[in-house]
Order: sequence, then C-alpha cells, then structure tokens
Amino acid sequence: MTNVATSADTGVLRGQAPELPRGRAIRSRLGGGLAVAPLLLFMAMAFGLPAIAIGTGAFTTSADAPGGVHWTLSNMTTSVHGAYLTALWGSVKLSALSALLATVLGLPLAQAVVTSNSRALRDAVMSASGVLANFGGVPLAFAFVATLGNAGVLTAHLGLAAKGWSLYSFWGLVVVYLYFLLPLMVLTIAPALEGLRAGWREAARNNGATTWQYWLHVALPVLAPSLLGGYVLLFGSAFAAYATAAAMVGSSVPLLTSQIADALSGNVLVGQGNVALALSIDMVVVAGAVMAVYVPLQRRSARWLA
Amino acid sequence: MARLTNRRIRWWRGAVGLIAGLYFLVPLACSVLFTVDVPGQGFTLSSYTGILSASGFTSSLLLTLELAAATIVLVLGLLVPALLAARLGAPRLRPLLEVVCSLPLVVPSVALVAGYSGVLRWGPQYLSRTPLFQTFVAVQNASFPVVLVLAYTVMSLPLAYRALDAGLRAVDVRTLMEAARSCGASPVRAVFQAVLPNLRGALMNASFLTLALVLGEYTVGALLGFRPFAVWIVGIGGSQAQLSVAVSVLSLLLTWALLLVFAAAGRSRTRIPRRARAKAAPALVPQESAS
Repeated sequence: MTNVATSADTGVLRGQAPELPRGRAIRSRLGGGLAVAPLLLFMAMAFGLPAIAIGTGAFTTSADAPGGVHWTLSNMTTSVHGAYLTALWGSVKLSALSALLATVLGLPLAQAVVTSNSRALRDAVMSASGVLANFGGVPLAFAFVATLGNAGVLTAHLGLAAKGWSLYSFWGLVVVYLYFLLPLMVLTIAPALEGLRAGWREAARNNGATTWQYWLHVALPVLAPSLLGGYVLLFGSAFAAYATAAAMVGSSVPLLTSQIADALSGNVLVGQGNVALALSIDMVVVAGAVMAVYVPLQRRSARWLA
Repeated sequence: MARLTNRRIRWWRGAVGLIAGLYFLVPLACSVLFTVDVPGQGFTLSSYTGILSASGFTSSLLLTLELAAATIVLVLGLLVPALLAARLGAPRLRPLLEVVCSLPLVVPSVALVAGYSGVLRWGPQYLSRTPLFQTFVAVQNASFPVVLVLAYTVMSLPLAYRALDAGLRAVDVRTLMEAARSCGASPVRAVFQAVLPNLRGALMNASFLTLALVLGEYTVGALLGFRPFAVWIVGIGGSQAQLSVAVSVLSLLLTWALLLVFAAAGRSRTRIPRRARAKAAPALVPQESAS
C-alpha cells in the first residue's frame, strides 16, 4: 500500500517536476546565451576579421603586384628566405637564450623570495614583478639607454665603451630582456615553489640526503613541468616582444618583429606588401607551438599544487 | 648542524637578494641620475619641470587615459556577464569561453596589428561606395581611435579572463545568488549587490592589468600611426633624451603606485584568504603585453 502511494506520489511529481526545471532550464540557457553572445560577436569582429585578413593576405599577391591579385605561395616562401630567415633565426636565438638565462637565474631568486620571512618584502617583490613583467616596453628601454647606452651613466663612469661594450647589440638586448623575463619567471614559478612541502625536505634529510641531493632528486623533478612551462612562456614572451627592441636598437639587431613592422610601414619592394602577413603567420605558428607545449605542462604542474 | 644550515641558507638568500636588488635597482637609480645630472649644466630638475610644458605630453597622456577607460569598460562589460552566465546557468559554455579568451595569446601584437592594417585596407579597396566605408573612417578618427580600443580589448582579454576566473573560483557564486534570491532580491539586484561586491578584488585586478597594458602599449599605436603615450615618449627620445627618461621613470613609478592602490581597493572590504590569493597570483602573468 505504502509502495503504491509512494509510486503515485513520484508519479505526480514526475508529471510536474520536469515542467518547472525545463522552463527554468530553457530560460537560463537563453539567458546564458544572451550573456555570452556579445563577447563572441566582439571576438568574431575584432579578432576573427583580422585573422581572416592575415590568412587570406598571406596567400595572395598584393594589390600593387604585376598581374593583379591572385593566390600564391610566394609570400610564404619569401618569408623564410634571405634577410627574413636571418631575422627569424635572430629572434629564436635571442628568445631561447634570454629565456634560458631567466629560467636558471629566476629559480634561486624565486626561492629566496618565497622562503623569505618578511611578508611585506614578499608582497612588495611580487607586486613589483607584476609591474615589471607587464609594463616593460618603452620605459624599460629608456631606463637602460640611460644606464648602459652610449652616454649612459654606468658606461661613462666605468669606461665600458673602451672595453667593447655596446647596448645596441645582441648581448645588450639579452641584458635588457632579462629585466622583464626574470620577474615573469618569479611570478610563474612562485606558486610551484610554495607547493613544495616541508615534509619532503625533512624526509630526504632523515634519509641522509644533502641539500644538493634533495634538490637534484626531489625538488627539481617535481618542479620540472613548471620550469619547462615557465621557460616556454618566457620564450614566447621574448619572441613576441617588439617595443623594447624598437625603442632601443632600431633595427641594428635583426628580429622578426621589427621585420614585420618594417614591412607594414611600406618598407618593402613593390608588390611584396603581403610579405608582412606571411611573416605574421610564421609568428603565429611559433606562438601556437609555444601554447601547445605550455598548456599541458601547466596542467601537469597544477597537480602538485592541489 | 641545523643552526649551521640555517645560517648558510640565510647567507645564500641574502646574496641572491643583493645581486637581484642591484640588477633591478641600478638601472632605475642611473635613470634618475641621468635626468638630474645633465652634462654641462650640473644638477638640475629641469627635465622634470619641463614635462608638463613639453609639446604633446598632455594630449597623448589624455588620449591614452581615455583609451584605457574605454577598454576597461568594454573588457568588463563583455567578460563579466559571460563568465557569470557560465558559472550560473550554462556550465557547458565554460570550455568555449576559455578557448575564445585564450586565442589572442597565439597572435602576438605585431601579428595582430598586421591583421588590423589588412582589414583597414579593405575599406578603401572594396567598400568605398558602401555606407560601411564611413564606419572605417570613423574608427580611425585620430582624436579617439576606436580601432585601438578594439585591439587593446582583444589583447587584454586573456589577462582579464584569468584574473576574473581566479576570483570566481574563490567565491561560491551560485550559493550567493540563491541566498540573495531567497531573500527576495531580483536577479539584477542579486548580481549587483551580492555577487559583484564579492568579486571586487578580481574586478580590480582585471582592471589594473588592462590599465597597465594600455598605458605601456606601443606596438599597435605606433604601427597604425596614432600617438598614444608610449609612442610619444619614443618620439621625443630622439631630441630630448633627458625628458624621455624622466617620463619613463615617472610612468614606471606611477604604474607601481596604481597597482598598490588597486590592490588596496580590492582588499579593503573582502579579505581574500592567503590560499586563494596565491592561486590568483598567476593572473598577473602576462603573455607578451607591452614588451
């Protein structure tokens, strides 16, 4: 009897229940769609259209080319030959090297910051890192010109020019890039370092491990995905940087970004206007590869932080 | 033994801190020295007093601040409703939003500006007889270039998305919403009086990141031929080196001060637990932003 009553009750409920949730579900889905639509529309317009412009422009001849506009692969071929290849190689070399230095030097710095006893110091360093990593660009270039440039304070007082130092060179750029890559590394690796448990170090020490052995066999393997992810992120950041180099060295060090900027400003042979778009595709490919490596590594390292 | 290790760690930490401090502070100190100790004039503050009267300073700074305000409004206006909807009613939209908001990371700003100049060329090439052409002219109006707002919004979406997402993760939006609704609040009121005040820190963080990006942005403005603040600094750098360095130093310090203000404003009402803040910190990681 009770069974029947219950089933009848649920029957009644079953008859009514879908009514309400379905109405609400439809309304909330509609509401959700309405709330998301402006963002998607905006992206289609402000991001999709330029992407289409790059995609079609890179594979067609420029409007001023002999023979009018038609499909071609010559832009892409041009973009990986001659001066453009040198620039691509220069960008890769500069980014790979400065990212490596920033990773190696950033780890002890981040460890010193994370283990510091002073909360105020830690907060100040982290917020300063946020500013330096984000703001970089032009002010950074001018600060270094004032310090190590031809008429810079340190250059003049230490007589660096006589020793062959020039800021407007490959190594000059490496020194400057470290100024925003190091803070970026500290920001990226600090959460992972905070995730290293004190217990692991104690366990290692109880088993007779030295500090070196602890770092080599316990901490570094745990940190490896974060370190590698950080390295890739720094590489991408250095690879995409344009303002610092443009404000500082002009085009005395060949970089892919300055080649694109040159080509955009009309500084190319007649009919090669679209090479800038082909070069942009090269950049997007590299940036895409960086993200394809970074995202899985980020997920993997997040496991240790839980 | 333990004390020996501790002392060694303290020594090592001090050395690392000292070297890093030197590397990061010396260029700033030298910049200040460079601006006040002009060769042939001795000690002078003229490069700082001359900033306000320098031609183009006020107009370019105002333009950049207007662009920053418009960008922040647009970024928050687009992202906040979408993210709230994804949390509340349509969880299936979340992966889509994440992908859409991360897409700009794959296109560095130089490549993005190449795309924009490509699109802007369509105007005179194909659309010169249609009413759309007027739109192309209007977005490039030099006194307030809307096209820069569009580009800056695209560039700051990944940063703002991560900041807001980290904030939303620390707050149980659904419960807040239901609590407010069961107290009789309308949905709009529940969002504005219960949910958004709890997201204050995240909103401030997202706004600051956008502001910092726009203030320091050079690439897009320069290559599209406009004159926002950073482009102006580079422009005067050739003729008035002292002045440009002085402005650079001031703008760095100003951004830092703004960050502290924003952080304080976000913290004053809701104290974020340490754990959540540590998680929110990676939101400060930019991709390539201004550099």
